[in-house]
Amino acid sequence: MKNYDVAVIGAGVVGGMISRALSRYDLKTVLLERRDDVCMGASRANSAIVHAGFDCEPGTMKALLNVRGSEMMEQVAGELGVPYVRNTSIVVGFSDEDRGKLEYLLEKGRKNGVRDLSIITGDRARELEPKLSPNVKWALLAPTGAIVCPYELTIAAVGNAMDNGVELRTGFEVSAIEHKDGGYVVSSGEDSVFAKYVINCAGVYSDKIAAMAGACDFTITPRRGEYMLLDKESGGMVKATIFRTPTAMGKGILVTRTVDGNLLMGPTAVNIEDKEDVSTTEEGLESVRMQADDMVPGIPVRQVITSFCGLRSVGSTHDFIINQKKPGFINCAGIESPGLSSAPAIAEYVVDMLEGSGLALKEKKDYNPTRRPFNWFKNLTPEEKDDVIRKEPAYGRIVCRCESVTEGEIRNALAMNPQPHDVDGVKRRTRAGMGRCQGGFCSPVVIGLLAQQMGIPFEDVTKSGKGSYIMVGRTKGGRKK
Amino acid sequence: MSKIVKEKDLTCIICPRGCQLHVTVADDGEITVTGQTCARGKKYGETELTHPTRTLTSTVLTADGSMLSVRTSAPIPKEMLFACMDRLNLVVVDHDVDFGDVIIPNILDTGADLIATGAWKRA
Amino acid sequence: MKLKTISKDLVIIGGGPAGMSAAVAAYDAGVRDLLILERDSSLGGILQQCIHNGFGLHRFGEELSGPEYAHRYEVMVHERNIDYKLNTMVMDVSPDKVITATNSEEGMFYIRAKAVILAMGCRERPRGALNTPGTRPAGIFTAGTAQKLVNMKGCMPGRNVVILGSGDIGLIMARRMTLEGAKVHAVCELMPYSGGLARNIEQCLHDFDIPLYLSTTVVGIKGRDRLESVTIASVDEKRKPIASTMREIPCDTLLLSVGLIPENELTKSASVPLDRVTSGAVVDQDRMTMVDGIFACGNVLHVHDLVDFVSEESAIAGRAAAAYIGGRTRGSEAITFVPDGKVRYTVPQKITTRDEVNVFFRVANIYRNVRIFVRDGDREIYSAKKLKVAPGEMESIKLKKEVVESLSGQPLSIGLEVSE
Repeated sequence: MKNYDVAVIGAGVVGGMISRALSRYDLKTVLLERRDDVCMGASRANSAIVHAGFDCEPGTMKALLNVRGSEMMEQVAGELGVPYVRNTSIVVGFSDEDRGKLEYLLEKGRKNGVRDLSIITGDRARELEPKLSPNVKWALLAPTGAIVCPYELTIAAVGNAMDNGVELRTGFEVSAIEHKDGGYVVSSGEDSVFAKYVINCAGVYSDKIAAMAGACDFTITPRRGEYMLLDKESGGMVKATIFRTPTAMGKGILVTRTVDGNLLMGPTAVNIEDKEDVSTTEEGLESVRMQADDMVPGIPVRQVITSFCGLRSVGSTHDFIINQKKPGFINCAGIESPGLSSAPAIAEYVVDMLEGSGLALKEKKDYNPTRRPFNWFKNLTPEEKDDVIRKEPAYGRIVCRCESVTEGEIRNALAMNPQPHDVDGVKRRTRAGMGRCQGGFCSPVVIGLLAQQMGIPFEDVTKSGKGSYIMVGRTKGGRKK
Repeated sequence: MSKIVKEKDLTCIICPRGCQLHVTVADDGEITVTGQTCARGKKYGETELTHPTRTLTSTVLTADGSMLSVRTSAPIPKEMLFACMDRLNLVVVDHDVDFGDVIIPNILDTGADLIATGAWKRA
Repeated sequence: MKLKTISKDLVIIGGGPAGMSAAVAAYDAGVRDLLILERDSSLGGILQQCIHNGFGLHRFGEELSGPEYAHRYEVMVHERNIDYKLNTMVMDVSPDKVITATNSEEGMFYIRAKAVILAMGCRERPRGALNTPGTRPAGIFTAGTAQKLVNMKGCMPGRNVVILGSGDIGLIMARRMTLEGAKVHAVCELMPYSGGLARNIEQCLHDFDIPLYLSTTVVGIKGRDRLESVTIASVDEKRKPIASTMREIPCDTLLLSVGLIPENELTKSASVPLDRVTSGAVVDQDRMTMVDGIFACGNVLHVHDLVDFVSEESAIAGRAAAAYIGGRTRGSEAITFVPDGKVRYTVPQKITTRDEVNVFFRVANIYRNVRIFVRDGDREIYSAKKLKVAPGEMESIKLKKEVVESLSGQPLSIGLEVSE
């Protein structure tokens, strides 16, 4: 059994950011993830917004960490080479009653310390966003609102943590936690690790994990959120992120452009029991469409290239649950929205907690907070690209036509921490298959490159983890599954 | 006057035009085809009611693991399609092959050869 | 540092059936300084994976498989020593015909062309475009991707298959998967008629007792890692699923054959106006787009049923490009076709030369006992009867030279009179 100073459970954005924050110090840290890749839960399917922080209840952990996280995000994204755009958030109101709600948001935002908030008329809002509905009467303008790519952020955070010495163990589904020798034995079946400190970032399963350690005083309810993603051709419909006035179930359906230039609309908000159910529903997608259309009429639904569903971890306290009920065991649970925005601040907060409970933090000399962006090639000038191709010909072979992803970029992603093991893993890292044909042309090539890198037969490559086999065998004279 | 003992409406598969054929068989064995727009359609109608045939297209394995596309040089009896698949599934091409080269002569005594519709070269 | 820039009389983007035919025709019309750019590792395009037969009856008078048909043209390209670059991706085409391309050997480079023929083909509509609710497991493929896996990679995508959409690739794959040992449980078609050719329904479905359910769609998808089942349902006249008809079919594979979309990213980059119905460029009888010297042909212009017609159309573009390079300019007038709705679109959309013209079109529904008409104002200039027309089968009519010479110059209405 290997010994660690800290074991982080769950390689989502929170676990990733905490691991990265810990990698600055001279510690042995392990990041445990049940799936075959990082960023497989709520962090991969959400609104991709860095919230300004105006709608959190003042005085809550959410308010504190959202505003701080939002301040930190630009730098963090920059260090990690992840696209981040401060595109402004606009909450629209359709009536004078809604204006009252906007005033209330403004008030809360000011209490939370959000900068530069203002209320503007519908006309002014339409000057900023011409596609907004003529029915918009008032709007709250939040210039610090931003967008980021959530899976790139998570993957890059974990990758940067690994580059700085953190160990990632995928396929490690925690089945037992035992308090022992001033630390914890964390087991996945027969496999175990020992860590002096354990940080529970297990998303929808964080209540189960906390219960294993006897440190659970909360429950987590999965809340389904369905989204539709549109072709880049529609990405220019809005520049900002357009919200409705929030309700008890959350911020409601929003319309936003993404950092990659697509248009995203969603999410629904339906509490469910099943912690695995990320299926989309006809009603859900229809309500996304209707509500988005209220704000931005005429969004072309035929431009939808994919729809998806994510599960937010809604905690029973309705605030982030960040506590240490047992010495050395820290819960980071109930990290629903604005969890993505807060993640860097949560990491900072948890590191402080660890230090407060006696973990010695000694900075490493060789800590490197930066990482080469996945999209470094894409952003080069033609002359610079030419230069790269002459040194590395694989950059002259386009694999994904829709997103212009080269073989060089895919090979680069295959070699970078954390390494992808399946087609969707390559897609999240490189955008190959993310475009309008959704992998129709490039998936056989991506499968071939994965098979080569992993040293496995072509037909054994999976889509998204174990069990998601793409092929059942060979047609002639080969093995059959 | 002969009596019609069998009749059938068919979609001709000879070309993409897909003519709607009406085929009758009389008690004296005479077959009449109507609805076709060419002589090949007439022939199709006749054989379809007596002994339907199809051209089989598929792939065979080569020694380097890649696939080589193949077809039968002529239509084969429809009921032989799966038997021919089983037969061609056993092939591993290990010598240089060009378009039209015979891979299996007279496959399962159908009178048709299995021919390459691609090329393959040993590395 | 400056990038390499070369000059060519004619650049053809795409080395599939359209590009090769255009190149051969342009060569035969006298163009010698021409170049085909192909993104794949060989010429032939999508025909490489279409190993089934049925190609070439019009063009060569014999029945060929896709690779054989492509090979015929490849031979013609080689015989003429027409230059081509493989594994070369065009990133941009500017309205003044400067092409930005990349490949491993030459890096990034520019080509300044006198004329450009766009022949990039089309792609399949993916699942996302359908917005089918459910999970997103492995086991959902477009029919063309499955075709590539089976025919080129020798891999089986699954054993128990449902196919959504009765386009030709879906039908062909129903047979192909069956021959390779899979069980195809159903082919579902949203429309009350099939989008595929009648012969393919016959030889790909009926031959193997594969049921075709018309007015039926997939309304649910289950399975976390790999597809476990789909739910199908009949649809009403408004194409809305009828709940009482829902039925779950256990399967590990769903193939989608729900339409093809011309790949016009480069066309847009060249500021070439597109037809909203075809999703391809607006062209004249020469297949010249509304940007002088940029031509389009094959499936990038409009989706064809038959490669033979792709070759024919592309030869028109190739010859016209040769004439353009030789100095022929387009007439200033343009007579526009206005389809009546039953006729959805025409190619060409415009006539700019007073000469004989073949007009290709598709209809919006299945109609029987129709009269196809073309009117110049009140004057009918063309009339022909047809027993049956269907959306899945492209139609064509010929307007004779003297007819075109007599046109007033007003828009021409083209449509169908249906007498049921």
